[in-house]
Amino acid sequence: MNRRKFLTILGSAGVASALSTARVANASGGTTTWPYYENSYGVLHDTTRCIGCRRCEEGCNKVNGLPKPKKPFSDLSVTETRRRTSAYEWTVVNKYEVNGKPVFRKQQCFHCNDPACASACFAKCFQKQPDGSVTYDGSQCVGCRYCMIACPFYAPGFEYDKAWDPLVQKCTFCEPRMKEGKLPGCIEACPIDALTFGRRSDLIKIARARMHENPGKYADYIYGEWDAGGTAWMVLAPSPEAAAASGHEFADLGLDTHLGNRPIGELTYGALSAVPMIVAFWPVLFGGAYAMTKRREAMHKAEQEAVAREAGEDVAAAVAAAVRKIEETQGRSAADTARAAMADALKAREAACAHAGEDK
Amino acid sequence: MAHHNIVIPTKDRLFNLGEFSLRTTGNKITAVILAVGLILTIIRFTQGIGSVSNLSDTQPWGMWIGFDLLCGVCLAAGGYFTTVACYVMGMKHFHSAVRPAVTTAFLGYGFVVVALLYDLGHPLRLPYMFFFPGTTSVLFEVGLCVATYVTVLFMEFSVAPCEWLAAKFPFLLKWRKLVNATNILLTIFGVTLSTLHQSSLGALYLIAPAKLHPLWYSPFIPMFFFVSSMIAGGSMVIFEGMFAHKGVHHYMDATHMKEADEIVFSFAKAESFIMFAYFMIKLIDMLVQANLPYLFSGYGFWWLVEMFGFVLFPALVYAKGARTRDISKCRFAAVVAVAGIVLNRFNVSMIAFNYALPSSERYVPSIWEICISMFVVTMIVTAYRFIVYHMPVLYEHPDFKGAH
Repeated sequence: MNRRKFLTILGSAGVASALSTARVANASGGTTTWPYYENSYGVLHDTTRCIGCRRCEEGCNKVNGLPKPKKPFSDLSVTETRRRTSAYEWTVVNKYEVNGKPVFRKQQCFHCNDPACASACFAKCFQKQPDGSVTYDGSQCVGCRYCMIACPFYAPGFEYDKAWDPLVQKCTFCEPRMKEGKLPGCIEACPIDALTFGRRSDLIKIARARMHENPGKYADYIYGEWDAGGTAWMVLAPSPEAAAASGHEFADLGLDTHLGNRPIGELTYGALSAVPMIVAFWPVLFGGAYAMTKRREAMHKAEQEAVAREAGEDVAAAVAAAVRKIEETQGRSAADTARAAMADALKAREAACAHAGEDK
Repeated sequence: MAHHNIVIPTKDRLFNLGEFSLRTTGNKITAVILAVGLILTIIRFTQGIGSVSNLSDTQPWGMWIGFDLLCGVCLAAGGYFTTVACYVMGMKHFHSAVRPAVTTAFLGYGFVVVALLYDLGHPLRLPYMFFFPGTTSVLFEVGLCVATYVTVLFMEFSVAPCEWLAAKFPFLLKWRKLVNATNILLTIFGVTLSTLHQSSLGALYLIAPAKLHPLWYSPFIPMFFFVSSMIAGGSMVIFEGMFAHKGVHHYMDATHMKEADEIVFSFAKAESFIMFAYFMIKLIDMLVQANLPYLFSGYGFWWLVEMFGFVLFPALVYAKGARTRDISKCRFAAVVAVAGIVLNRFNVSMIAFNYALPSSERYVPSIWEICISMFVVTMIVTAYRFIVYHMPVLYEHPDFKGAH
């Protein structure tokens, strides 16, 4: 019993220690930019400038050859409804209310520095490119859609309507165009400079400069500078009117402000690092338990045999004594009869015992 | 004597398919579900996932992952649970439960893979994960472990078909001997793989902290999934036994029937302990994560229903049933416990997932998704019946009596 109890405790301690590494890693601050990706590109989306004209949507649709939508891009009423990106709309502009005034925000893949989708993909379809884009190679996509579960920005869409080659689709940062030295389609289409394309490190300086030059215009935060470990696309929000509303501007714009400053994928690394521990420990633990069980069984068997042998010896001695007595008092032939009878009785009893033992 | 009414296939008459052509209600329902499922399968694979499901960009994983994968794998945990109890811990009186448990586990895992093919956009590319291994993905670990464990379960299970076909194909005896010789290795390998992927199914959701409700999201979710798989493992052995005693009673031998009740009581006792432990770790986790305020919301109420109605309550009923040796109490507790596991997996994958989104963007499975899930379950039951009618699962084969 004690041994088993000890094993149980040991086992649960193993699980606990293995899984305690699964804690949320938030000790050190800062984004995770690969050193050689420092010069990667990004986009600064200034929502105080955006007028919700949907030209970026149109530009995206055109350069990427996406299917034409049912309602034309000139219909601005669609921005009223809560739309999200899908396999056929890689960017959408929605209207939000901040301080009671309408503010438009463009939505697309944020092109994270260390993307959750790439961490989640089990067939290595996603890649963070040195130019800043997060690209997707559909030729090895299994279609499991775990990237869509993982993406904290609800960016990727899936071609549910396709039977033969359904793929995940999302904004590519116009990576093919960037390679040709052209701007992404949406940025080229933007008529009022609400989207600023540039090196990510420069964009952060530009954003800070705008805040400095226009006191009271902007909320003092660059969304995407740190969020989810940093993103290539960043957002500026209008400043709150009342101090009480401060901190809600980005939530009001439909952005999740609780993502933390570490890459989302890191949340799974603790659990994954427990794998080798379990692979190493479990066979030893259960092999040990098996060996102990075997040993206990062997000891039990030996003990039983010893008891049986002793009992047998006792019975044999008693029988010999009884037969000697009979021989003394009633003669030899009576003793022989008695010995035979007793031997038969013992044999029958042994057989019965063995049978009962088999059943157990 | 014990085999007087068990049809044991012989060398000349290998098949015993008569049971399937009987005009019973069960057979009729099976036929209808299989027919509907077949039609839906054709629609799914020619018209796309969107044609039969309500899956969306915001809810890419629905019924097929929440039920077929998460519940399927969890409820097939009886395989490792029983083999470890019998072979490693030396509880030899569980022996007659091993083969039914391994059989259902093998079928469960096998059909998890089948069900997965419906959910995948590119089902034929499933092996790609081995060619382009995304080692940072929890899903990669799940895939690798499940693929390996299906192989282990296939080996463990293969003893039964070998005994069935040995009279006709004697070379199968060599394979059977090999499996029997490596039994303990397979068992330990199996429990290692099970620990890994059962917990990893929970770890899949670690990457979505913003989407899963805080009462269900926890850095310890892998541990919760693993511990609750033990609950599912033991409870499913009792649960399946309940149905087996109704449906295929006439394929059980004397040993199986004599040991059946004792297995129920032993498992009930073990389960009551495990469920108490599970209840406590969930409670402590809720407290240390400072989730107490969430309890006073709709989701909080729902969490309390899950924890008290489907964890603590069956734990108490199990304890009472095991103590008073009341078989119907134990079976009732098993039903509630299994329902509780399904509820937990539904909560994590669907009900508490995307909890912050407006109800218009939330997911409700379509009737066809549910039909396909039912189709998969029916296929498992049918395959189980085929196996039980032909192979020594609920009885010992007379040629191999006491040989294992």
